[in-house]
Order: sequence, then C-alpha cells, then structure tokens
Amino acid sequence: MSAPEVVVEVRDVSIEFPGVKALQHVGLSLRSGEVHSLMGENGAGKSTLIKALTGVYPVDSGTIIAHGVERDFSGTADAQAAGISTVYQEVNLCTNLTVGENVMLGHEVRGFWGINWSATHDAASIHLARLNLDVDPRSPLSAHSLAVQQLIAISRAMVINSSVLILDEPTSSLDRSEVEKLFDVMRSLRSDGVAILFVSHFLDQVYEISDRLTVLRNGELVGEYLPSELDRVSLVSKMLGREFSELESLGERVAHTERPEGVDPVLNVSGLARKGSVEPADLDLYPGEVVGLAGLLGSGRTELARALYGADRADAGRSFVNGREVRLTNPRDSVDQRIAFSSEDRRAEGIVGDLTIRENIALGVQAKRGWARPMTRQSQDELAQKYIAALNIRPANPEALIRNLSGGNQQKVLLARWLATAPQVLILDEPTRGIDVGAKAEIQKLVTQLATDGMAVLFISSELDEVVRLSQRICVLRDHRIVAEIENKEGITVDDVVALIAQGGDE
Amino acid sequence: MTAAPTLERPLAQRAPRRTPRWQLRLSAWLPVLTTSAILLAMFITGQAVFGNFFTSRLISSLFLDNAYLIVLAVGMTYVILTGGIDLSVGAVVAFSGIFGAQLLQTGWPAFIVIPAIVVSGSLIGALIGVLVQVFEIQPFIASLAAMFLARGLAYVVSLQSIAITDPAVTWLERTRFQLGGGWFVTPTVIIAVLTVAVSVWVLQYTRFGRSVYAIGGNEQSARLMGLQVARTRIAVYVISGTCAGIAGLIFAAYTGSGYSLTGLGMELDAIAAVVIGGTILTGGSGYVIGSLFGVMVYGLIEISITYIGVDSWWTKIVVGGLLLVFVVLQRLLVARRKR
Repeated sequence: MSAPEVVVEVRDVSIEFPGVKALQHVGLSLRSGEVHSLMGENGAGKSTLIKALTGVYPVDSGTIIAHGVERDFSGTADAQAAGISTVYQEVNLCTNLTVGENVMLGHEVRGFWGINWSATHDAASIHLARLNLDVDPRSPLSAHSLAVQQLIAISRAMVINSSVLILDEPTSSLDRSEVEKLFDVMRSLRSDGVAILFVSHFLDQVYEISDRLTVLRNGELVGEYLPSELDRVSLVSKMLGREFSELESLGERVAHTERPEGVDPVLNVSGLARKGSVEPADLDLYPGEVVGLAGLLGSGRTELARALYGADRADAGRSFVNGREVRLTNPRDSVDQRIAFSSEDRRAEGIVGDLTIRENIALGVQAKRGWARPMTRQSQDELAQKYIAALNIRPANPEALIRNLSGGNQQKVLLARWLATAPQVLILDEPTRGIDVGAKAEIQKLVTQLATDGMAVLFISSELDEVVRLSQRICVLRDHRIVAEIENKEGITVDDVVALIAQGGDE
Repeated sequence: MTAAPTLERPLAQRAPRRTPRWQLRLSAWLPVLTTSAILLAMFITGQAVFGNFFTSRLISSLFLDNAYLIVLAVGMTYVILTGGIDLSVGAVVAFSGIFGAQLLQTGWPAFIVIPAIVVSGSLIGALIGVLVQVFEIQPFIASLAAMFLARGLAYVVSLQSIAITDPAVTWLERTRFQLGGGWFVTPTVIIAVLTVAVSVWVLQYTRFGRSVYAIGGNEQSARLMGLQVARTRIAVYVISGTCAGIAGLIFAAYTGSGYSLTGLGMELDAIAAVVIGGTILTGGSGYVIGSLFGVMVYGLIEISITYIGVDSWWTKIVVGGLLLVFVVLQRLLVARRKR
C-alpha cells in the first residue's frame, strides 16, 4: 500500500450552528483502498463532518474535494452522484418495502411500461451477492435481522458505484459474529479500491480494521495517525484531550471508607441486559456509598442507568431492593421503590421549561401523591423555600420560570425535585455537564453530603477526575459492558481508570 | 443492466431453508385479501337472503352510484400512503361542482368548464401540499384549512343549488353503454375505473410511486436515500385535489346540479373506504385496488341496508364497526412487523 490515491479530501472545513462551533478548520483525507477510522467522543464533530461530506449540512468555510474537483454538495443525492454514499447508525431503509426495492430505490431498472420488476430484482440480487448476502430480493425487509438490514444498506450504497463509503457506527447494533461478517465485507470492498470512512465507539474494532485514524475533539482536528504508532491509551487520552498527569485530582477527594460489615445493598441487580445497549450487568448499591460509572461516551453508562431505573425496559435481569425482589420495568415502579433518576438530558427529560422553580420542585412529590391529592399552595411554597435555601438556588425567587435559569441552577432544581421525594437510591446522569465551576463544586459537595447521610448514589460523569474524587467504588464500562469494578482506595488515579477504559479488566 | 449470469448459485440449494415468499408477502396483502373476502361474503349472504342480489344490474349500479367515491378514495390512497391525510376533498367536490355549474349557467362552453372543474381541485391540492411540505404544517390542519376555504368559496359562488343542463356533462351520467347480460357502464364509471388503473400503474411501476411508499415507510430514510421527498409530497396532494375535482365533476353529473352543501363528510367516507381497503393510516402500506374494494364494501352495505329496510343510519353504524375491525387488524399487523 504505497501512497494510495486520495479520493476525497476535506480541507479546513468549519461549520457553525447558532451558538455552537461544530467544526473548526477540520481536514480529512480518504484514500482508495483504505479503511479510515474517525474517532472522537460524542459531540466531537464526527457526525457533523459526515453530514458535511454527504451534503446534509452546507459548509461555512473550507472546501471538499472529490476526485480532484472542488464540490459543494447541495444534498444527499448530489453527494451520491459524486460517488459518496453513507450507511448510518440507524438503518435508513424502509421496512415496508422488499429487500430488492430498498436496494434499488431510485435506481430501478425501467422499461417502456415503467419499472421492470424482474430486471430490478435481478440487479438487486447481483448487488447483494457481491456482499455474499444470500437473501431473496423479493422478501420484505422486515423479515431480516438488523444485521442483515445493515448489510443490505451497504449493498444499496454500492448500487451507485461508490468510490467512498461512509459507515457511521454500523456495528452498534450488531453482535460479534455479525460484526465479523461486516468486516469481511469491508475488507473485500477495500481490496476493490473503495475508500471507507468508519466510525465506531468500539476501540477493539477500530484497531482490528483501520489503516488510518483521525481524531476529533470539540469540533477540532487533533491529528491523523497510523494505528501502529498510536496505542490505545494514547488514543483515549487524545480523544479526552488531556494528558493523564493533568487529569489528576483537581480538588480534594473523598476519603475512602471501608463499608462496615453486614450492611446489605439497598439496590442489587443481577444480569440486567437490554439487547444492543446493555450487556448483562451486575451492580450493588450500598447505603452511604457513591458508585461512579466511568467509560467513554457511548460505552453504555446512560443505557445501563436507564435500564436499571426502568426508563428503558430491560430484556433480562433481576432487581432487589433491600433484599426483596422487585420489578423495575418502568419509572413508576422505581419511584415507588424510592429510586430517583436524573437524566443527562436536562432540557428534554428534566425541566419543564414553562413552569416555575416552585412547580418544578413540587412535581416529584406531586407525582408520588397522585393527581387526586393535590398539594396545597402553602406546602409547595414551603418545599420550594426549603430547597432554594438548602441548595442555594439562584435566583432565590420560587416564581421564576425555570427555563430562564442557568444550567447549574436548573440542575439544582432537578436535584431538589428528587430529594423532596426522599429517595433511598439516587441515580445522577451527568449532573455537572455544561454547568459553571461554582455550581459544579456545589453539586459535588451535595452528592458527598447525601451519601454521608445514608443515601446510595450512582454517579455518572464523563469527567473522570470528578468520578475518581467522589466515588467510593468505580465501575468501568466499555462496549456496553462493565469490564472492571474497583474500590477507589488511596492511590487510585485517573490514569488507572483510563487504563481500564482503554484495555478493560480481566473478563 | 444485463448482468444476470453472475447469479450462478444453484436454485436447488437456495430453496429449502427459505420461508416461502408468498408467506413473507402475506402480511402486506392480508388486509386487501380480508376486504375481498368480506366483499365476497357480503355478495353470497345477500344472494342467499334476498335472492336476486348478485346480479349484473346491481353490480353495475354499484359502480355507477359510487363512481365519485372511487375517484376520491384513489386520490386519498396516495396521501394516506405517505402518512398524510386530506380532509378537504368533500368540500372540494362541493366547490368544483357549484363552480362548474355556475360557469355553465353563465354560458361558458363545457370544453372549458370541465377542465376548470378538475384544475380547481388540483390548485387546492397544491395549496395543501405546499403548506405541508414547505411550511411543515400538519396535514390534518393544512387540509382542514383548505376544507374551510373550499367550502367557503362554494358558498360565495352560490347558496342555491344550480341545475346543470349542459348536454356534455349530462352525457357523462346518462349514457349507458350496454355490455350485454344486463351489464352497463356510464362514462363516469369509465373515468373511475381508469383512475384506478392509472393509479395502480403509477404506484407500482414508476419511481414516483415507489417514492410515495418509501416516504410513508420512513421519511427520514427516503430523504437520506436521495429520493425527491419534497416533490413527491406536494405531488400526492395535487393528485388528491385533482381526484377531488374529477369526483366533483362526476358528482355534479350524477346529481345533475351543483350545490354548495353537498359532500359534507364525504372526505370521511373516502378515508373510511381507504382504511377498509387495507391501507394503513400511518402510511407505507396499502394498495389502490384495496381502496376500490373498500368503496364496494361501503356501497354494498348501503344497498343491503336498503334491502333490509331499516333506517339508513344503520349504514354508518355498520361502516363504523367495520372500520374498527380494520384498524385493530392493522395494529396487529404493524405490531407483528415491528417485532
């Protein structure tokens, strides 16, 4: 593979959305016959870059050069005409149509009387056969597994004779053998000279298939590397954007205390699983303990928490609260068991923007009471006053609309909402994301305080130093699986956690 | 695309482990098959109970009496296949009818008036399409607005019924081409059957038709597949409006007049016929031929109620019950497909 030809080049591309610099001066070269992995955390700009390449987003500055010609794609069809086709994470096919129709849609073979279906299906068979897919083109798409559908989507991409194939997280819903099948297809396309852009959260897969890596962070290009010159630990640190030494504790850390003997877990789950998002997981939460979930974005932290809480229904697993088996299949069950969950998506799944601070705080208690027993205005006022004072919510006006508050104060109101219901288990998903330093410190202090008072806290954060500082125990997730669980003793550093994230523990 | 020879896997090897194709396709056709079964059962029962029921005369007049509804249901099928709805068609029938009647009364020649009736429907359809696609208004609301607009325009034209005496228009209705054995068709029925035939072809054998199904199946996917979503979306409303215009012409010929109060609730009859014909309201699945059967079922219920001699409101009750059965059937099919 000596200096393969560059098929598509992105030069100095910037894209700005209102208030967000999604991409800043990013460059990327795709060479024929190479698998090029695009790495970065969620929000690093991978999807934006792909959408710029496929004509979904117009670029604000910079150029895209395809086959030596500068292009300005106006839409998906335009990019496809230039030989760039994309297979997205979510299978973007129509389940109501047949396999052949999906493969050939928009490229049907036409005769004098309109579409010639038998010729169209024959052509589809040929494209499917190229990927060693033995499926009947006349069978409905819905009759096939997600993995096969994903491969069918790739066949569709090949119909337009692509020279560039973009695979955006194609493996996230596939199991191991299905991934192998996909990789075989990718290898054969690669040897046919197709340039492949591959995006995956799974480091193992990236190292298995890639010829080249490009790392993005916060919309900026970190660099282009060969897999041989970048080991996993350095790759992760490039994605996270800090040297390990810098990641070391910034504030004082919570003293590790041995759990007293004979304390039973307040919440215990075993074998909790959900197809495609949570591999079987066991987790014990003890009163007075903060358990941190660490892992890259997309490693399944949120998915695990949601399945635990019942926000997403788990396929398997048993849950025990205080030793008694319970069913936690929806949030209502969990609330009844005094388990609280604060979502990472504050705006969509947390606050009710057009209600006041008082109303937002009262919601949790009110939901527990049921609609038939409304809270009096006086008790709402008392509740709001109490938590505004306790959590130092600003503005201290209970009648302020929550959507006008800063992120940190919104987060405090949400915490207040749950604390008012007196939970025994509190699940916090990214409670400190996107809030200022002062509020962050206050929330961290509160978490510690709550645990000291006997609550069990499950703490999820992408800021590892925060996890290491606050947690008594840390569960490390990788590829939707808990790969290690460590007691956060003196001497454990962010480095150790990063190493676990990159390599995984003994499985 | 003549590269078929590369498919050299022996057929014998491929056959055994597959679920037979007809079985896989069954869930798509099941609603239509159910409708035809119901239709057949109704004919058989009617024949058994009333005698002279399953006759050429009755079937011919079934088509004649429901020609306008067939055209409406065909247009509605396009819209529903994309996951939309068009509530304006009943009002458009009234408007285009009275508009045409008024023009004829003031002395315009039929060869201008007849296209004008149809085009007035297309324009209202185009308005809905633009509202839905460009301004991203819910089809329900956009077509509701168009419904009020069309109904209001009909009132503006005239509050009184206007009789149509123009020979060209009455010819559409009065002419009976005898086919022998008691079978007959009128030009209106020919128009309706042609609408069905053309639509079957458009939906099954053109890229436009396939785009309609793709949008109904998954609009996001259709867009990412590079299909012309915007153009197709607007076109289905234009088609529905045009069909409503044609139905307005047929209905005016059928009743021999234009009247601003006709077609009240007719859009719901059309939707009911489409749903009974097996098209799923969320889009992406269904056939025009099913809608034709749906109209037939609807018409047969009306006739049967008359034969039985009970209050004609029973038609609505039976149609309502049938509609419920079909909606539940669709839910079951969709639920099974999702698994």
